[in-house]
Amino acid sequence: MAYSEKVIEHYENPKNVGSFEKDDPSVVTGMVGAPACGDVMKLQLKIDDAGVIEDAKFKTYGCGSAIASSSLVTEWVKGKTIEEAAAIKNTDIAEELALPPVKIHCSILAEDAIKAALDEYKSKSDE
Amino acid sequence: MNYFELFNFTASFDLDTATLAERYRELQRAVHPDNFANDTEQQKLLSIHRAAQINDGFQTLKNPIRRAEHMLSLRNIDISHETKTLKDGQFLMQQMEWREALEDINHAEDPDEMIDELYRSFSNYENEMTKRLIALLNSEQENDWLLAADQVRKLKFMAKLKDELAKIEDAQFG
Repeated sequence: MAYSEKVIEHYENPKNVGSFEKDDPSVVTGMVGAPACGDVMKLQLKIDDAGVIEDAKFKTYGCGSAIASSSLVTEWVKGKTIEEAAAIKNTDIAEELALPPVKIHCSILAEDAIKAALDEYKSKSDE
Repeated sequence: MNYFELFNFTASFDLDTATLAERYRELQRAVHPDNFANDTEQQKLLSIHRAAQINDGFQTLKNPIRRAEHMLSLRNIDISHETKTLKDGQFLMQQMEWREALEDINHAEDPDEMIDELYRSFSNYENEMTKRLIALLNSEQENDWLLAADQVRKLKFMAKLKDELAKIEDAQFG
């Protein structure tokens, strides 16, 4: 199966790979996995007091599409409010990367990673 | 299609794979095209269809993950085609650590030992998960079956880890 140019671009030159300091209180983590292919994705968001995402990092073990999807969302969420980030849909990701139907679950994984990170943010702020 | 019935087994996760292979060969012999050489086209087609079913059933029952999925699908829980995401943070953190360990093998002082250690860790973890899966599948409660489905999802990650480890091992000795 041929990857789209955008997928290859992100795969060969992924943006924002890595982790933040574990103890940084402004950092939340979203961990998700796709049983169908065994892909694992960790997305970390650094969120300021006003609820704006300052920075994002990811670590993904998976295929090119999964890596491209996570790389793309770290670029997209930067500068967004948590509400705006929560509105990112897997269909937006799939469309941007021109993912074929069999790779749609990679974009679902990336959307769910944002949601998981924001869930942690909410439970943290409720404390 | 109930593959357990096809192979004359009770629908249980514990299944003797040697017996399965034996019954598979018997069934395949019975539908062999030579037996139908003088039959009508319709009967020939039927035997081809039957042979495909037997094949698929054998592949399904042979593989523990697919066997468990089949058991669940017989109880109307279909997870084999889902794109659902797993969100168990603790489990996924462990997966992440193991994936990182796989990356470290090539830089390890003694890669062989590290490969052996990882195989042991994966097997221990997988055995514990399988034990839990069997208990949940044996339960009468539908709620336990949903938990069993979660165990199957997690076992898929373990299968992936073992695949990756096998690839690295092949490359080491290749």
